[in-house]
Amino acid sequence: MSVSKPLPHDAAALHVTGAARYVDDLPTPRGTLHLAFGLSPAAAGRITTLDLAPVRTASGVTDVLTAQDLIHDCDVSPSNHDEPLLAVDTVHYIGQPLFLVIATSHRAARAAATLAKIEITPTKAILSIQDALAADTRFEDGPRIYEKGDATAALATATHTLDGSIEIGGQEHFYLEGQAALALPQDNGDMAIHSSTQHPTEIQHKVAHAIGKPMHAVRVETRRMGGGFGGKESQGNALAVACAVAAQRSGKPCKMRYDRDDDMIITGKRHDFRIDYTAGFDADGRITALDFTHYVRCGWSMDLSLPVADRAMLHSDNAYHLNDIRITSHRLRTNTQSATAFRGFGGPQGVVGIEKVMDHIAHHLGADPLSIRRANYYSDCDTGGMSVMTGTGTAIDHRTTPDTQTDLSSRGAPPAPSEGAAAQSVPLPAKGVQTTPYHQPVTDCIIGALTERLVETSDYTARRAAIADWNAKQPILKRGIALTPVKFGISFTLTHLNQAGALVHVYQDGSIHLNHGGTEMGQGLNQKIAQIAADRFGVPMEVIKITATDTAKVPNTSATAASSGTDLNGMATLVACDTIRDRIAAHLAERHQAKPAEVAFRDGTVTVAGETMSFAKAVASAYENRVSLSANGFYKTPDIEWDRIKGKGRPFFYFAYGAAVTEVVIDTLTGENRILRTDILHDAGSSLNPAIDIGQIEGGYVQGAGWLTTEELVWDDKGALKTHAPSTYKIPGCSDRPDIFNVALWDQPNPAQTIYRSKAVGEPPLMLGISAFMALSDAVNACGTTYGDLQTPATAEQVLAAVVRARG
Amino acid sequence: MDITFLLNGESVSLHDIPPTTTLLDWLREERGLTGTKEGCNEGDCGACTVMITDAAGSRALNGCILFMPQINGKHVTTVEGLAAPDGALHPAQQSMIDLHGSQCGFCTPGFVVSMATAHLNGATDYDTQLAGNLCRCTGYAPIIRAAESCNDQPVPDHLRFLANNIPRTKPQAARAEPPTHIQPSTTDELAEWYAAHPDATLVAGATDVGLWVTKQFRTLGPIAFLNNCADLHGITMTEDSIRVGAATTLSELEPVMQEHHPDFARMIRRYGAVQVRNAATIGGNIANGSPIGDGPPALIALGATLHLRHGDSRREIPLEDFFIDYGKHDRAPGEFVEAITIPRQRDTLRCYKLSKRFDQDISAVCGCISITGDGQTIQTARLAYGGMAGIPKRAARAEAALIGQPWSEATMQGAMRAMADDFQPLSDMRASAQYRLQTAQNMLLRYFHAANGIETDVQGVRA
Repeated sequence: MSVSKPLPHDAAALHVTGAARYVDDLPTPRGTLHLAFGLSPAAAGRITTLDLAPVRTASGVTDVLTAQDLIHDCDVSPSNHDEPLLAVDTVHYIGQPLFLVIATSHRAARAAATLAKIEITPTKAILSIQDALAADTRFEDGPRIYEKGDATAALATATHTLDGSIEIGGQEHFYLEGQAALALPQDNGDMAIHSSTQHPTEIQHKVAHAIGKPMHAVRVETRRMGGGFGGKESQGNALAVACAVAAQRSGKPCKMRYDRDDDMIITGKRHDFRIDYTAGFDADGRITALDFTHYVRCGWSMDLSLPVADRAMLHSDNAYHLNDIRITSHRLRTNTQSATAFRGFGGPQGVVGIEKVMDHIAHHLGADPLSIRRANYYSDCDTGGMSVMTGTGTAIDHRTTPDTQTDLSSRGAPPAPSEGAAAQSVPLPAKGVQTTPYHQPVTDCIIGALTERLVETSDYTARRAAIADWNAKQPILKRGIALTPVKFGISFTLTHLNQAGALVHVYQDGSIHLNHGGTEMGQGLNQKIAQIAADRFGVPMEVIKITATDTAKVPNTSATAASSGTDLNGMATLVACDTIRDRIAAHLAERHQAKPAEVAFRDGTVTVAGETMSFAKAVASAYENRVSLSANGFYKTPDIEWDRIKGKGRPFFYFAYGAAVTEVVIDTLTGENRILRTDILHDAGSSLNPAIDIGQIEGGYVQGAGWLTTEELVWDDKGALKTHAPSTYKIPGCSDRPDIFNVALWDQPNPAQTIYRSKAVGEPPLMLGISAFMALSDAVNACGTTYGDLQTPATAEQVLAAVVRARG
Repeated sequence: MDITFLLNGESVSLHDIPPTTTLLDWLREERGLTGTKEGCNEGDCGACTVMITDAAGSRALNGCILFMPQINGKHVTTVEGLAAPDGALHPAQQSMIDLHGSQCGFCTPGFVVSMATAHLNGATDYDTQLAGNLCRCTGYAPIIRAAESCNDQPVPDHLRFLANNIPRTKPQAARAEPPTHIQPSTTDELAEWYAAHPDATLVAGATDVGLWVTKQFRTLGPIAFLNNCADLHGITMTEDSIRVGAATTLSELEPVMQEHHPDFARMIRRYGAVQVRNAATIGGNIANGSPIGDGPPALIALGATLHLRHGDSRREIPLEDFFIDYGKHDRAPGEFVEAITIPRQRDTLRCYKLSKRFDQDISAVCGCISITGDGQTIQTARLAYGGMAGIPKRAARAEAALIGQPWSEATMQGAMRAMADDFQPLSDMRASAQYRLQTAQNMLLRYFHAANGIETDVQGVRA
């Protein structure tokens, strides 16, 4: 049984020897050209001079392109068709590509790109949330509002009310491998692309448009990425399109990779938010009314901002059952990098909002924040190990027949229905069922039991008391502790993306070649899927070979995103494997006059009617008898339906849960701080590979804690990003991990019928890092009697400011 | 320039290589050794880490800002050279596989080289040894577990005796035709040549100059590579002073300071990371004149003297007088830093480095404080700060408010108020002006409380 074993990553031996190839490591044909963008020095304005003569004459330069040189539609937006590859007349942020340099080396292209003489007549740059609100620049006509109950009425009658606000910083992905693409011209003007992308089909689609060909003329291959985290869902489009266009024009292979500074200056990051809240609650801290307003800084183009902002709204409840709630979301357009997907896709910002409310209420009532959190939890459900997900199967779809020009495989959200479009009614759950603010029943909740277990194993109660004693004796240093929960919805909220394909070949020697639509970015997807395939055929792992993701093998893939990689592609692989296995079984059963169901595949052997043969022998027999040994598999997630305009439906197939306890210490003289201990209990269902899942949890936690502490993005008053390299943008380093770091899996099958009853584990653990932020808040609040109102990112400077506030 | 070195055991001689070619580019683009990765191209992520061995031993360096002449006469071991010739994996490689230390794998070669170098040197302080390697996937826990698990395994034979097999190289004399690049072996040779070529660039560790090339595309003109200049290098103790040659690396300075001024050593351990400290020199840290270098505040607080040389003429100045204004230093064309001397003294120095991240970050404020007295009254006070002005600068008014006053919190508060007149710091991406001043002031309070035995250091707290 290969499933559930803690096997190493399939490429681990290649990683440690330096033999694992990333796009920039591929041997390139002689004459390969290298590309670099020339960037806008202004945040907003009209280009009046673009003198490229010094660029053209620079050493090694073979060609320089501007928007006027592009023959076909070279849009690189994943959603709204609002991102020309190269700026046309006007510029929208500092770092926007203006022209494309093609040269004989990477360094020559980069050096030449700095030589243009650029003059831009500036217009007023909209940089901040306040600027955008004042100028009313936004991506939908007005704010989107999701509601359940009547928040206004409930606030009016609440025992206590509180209001407040939290600034939530953005986050740079800082994948260690920067964006990269390589285009290789083929026969007939076709194009083969190697791209470091989470979304090969998107690259295929954008490149096809850019070279004026159908999608069948473009093949995209992605072997692996050196990290993605959402930053390679749409941000690789520009490089692949640039390479394809240059390759078409020159007839030569073209490669482009961003230098780190360019990467950080050009590409989008996690959306920064401000969340304002007004909460009504009773004496026990039970929330009776809640009104959230999200202000989302989306940057200059739409990209994936609408579904990101939607998901922030969908996670405004986190693990808490709220009856009268309104969430208003403003999607603001600014002259900054276009914010994009980042692990959690808006969910983390929504969760920070409600966790801040919990923290604030606890301070107001003088209570342990954990008691407030538990008082508001969804009730645990009796899942009994059985599926509780039975849907009506009614699809909600406001869209007319899709336009073939639209990018169907992108997460860009469908627009609001036009006036008079038939409004379908959404079936609402029966009264008495606990529902989310978007009316989805919560029927798989385990957060109460999970929290209880974690409180025990982390010794939370005794440590909290010990910390209070310690703080009473310490004049300079203060410690804090916090437990925060996570409930994260699993599925793409654009329902049709919840589909996947796989292609499995069994060769006549019994070796198995496996391909699926997901991409490997370090999360161990290929390893998990190989374990599934090995289990279906009952063969050892070495029999299975997973090859690069390839749009010519599995078409029309969804991005490897939304934590869905294993859920979707694992199921598709299972279907493909079982199809072939059943054919072999039927063949052997016929030969041995047995029933197909009695043919057993295990330990590399096949047993039928008392006779055991090697898997290879069984395969050879099937081949000789003209049994097809190749199959594709297809899977679509059942039981989901969602109306993003109304904010009603069941966008998620199930929820993943987890909780973390973090203890920190702060210095009240400087705000310096560190994490002392972290205990995590996380729900991965029946884990397909506990080692890989724990790796995702540890890494997600540290990334989440980094987001909320040291990772600060700073723009100057002209809109230039000042933190565009690791010298100024500080992701966690080795010594920033907790001194004590205990991670355990909540071992209970997923009640929803997922692959081997596992749960998705890519994004949810990032939000465990919020416990570090809340522990800092706890330490700050130990410094005085006023609420410290800590903001993010909680840099030493922010912590010190909050200490000063706490002291009143 | 012409250089000779060993690459994973194989001898390499290069003729007329452009002197600012980086080792990383050469490995990847010329040699096709793509295991060594480019993550940032500025020495801050460690994905390009290589092991460099010479007679002094093996150390980890960042290949992205290492110019080829700097490896002349050395042995370069890349990730491709860690496994034994028979293919047996290095213990660090095997433990990274077994303990799930790689996810996306892109930072992994750099980590593995850092781990193998630490393993070779018997270093087990992994938070320090691996501070210069960034990972975005794992959260580091499994990497540390992997490093610990290979502690007690022997160094593979093919790596054990690297230092015995170093190629001999001839010093690179200046050629007649300009532009010339030299790699002098004596300070006299350097002094004469630099006086004749005052527009030249001196390259010691290249941790700063490297970025002029990789990020700013500057052409440097004549270059002198200082790393073979033996008498510019090293630490000499006399009865009343510690003399540190300008080409002494921060890594070499650290153990000496550990003995005499341990808090300075503690700060040096946060200067860049191992790969940077193995390259960066104290002379470079001073001569580049940065307002945020961490060496000068500590040295100024210690009353250090700077030794400058031009041709055959030498002069000495108090280090603080070297820094005149932002970008302006008391150094004539053709003049270079030869050494720094630190007077021997009772250790009362405390160094407070404030940055967003604890390790490998540039200071927002670096405060170095030394106060002496008889326990009742303060006799001397030297307060030197980085990050508070366009130059490293003493807090003269705050010092005056301390000297002759009783050792008390009230005195500290008075000096903190006086410090507001010493500095008008800037706001930037590292910190606001207000925060800089507030924490610079509070560092005095920290000095006072720490001296009185109160816990003031978050690093000392354990759960």
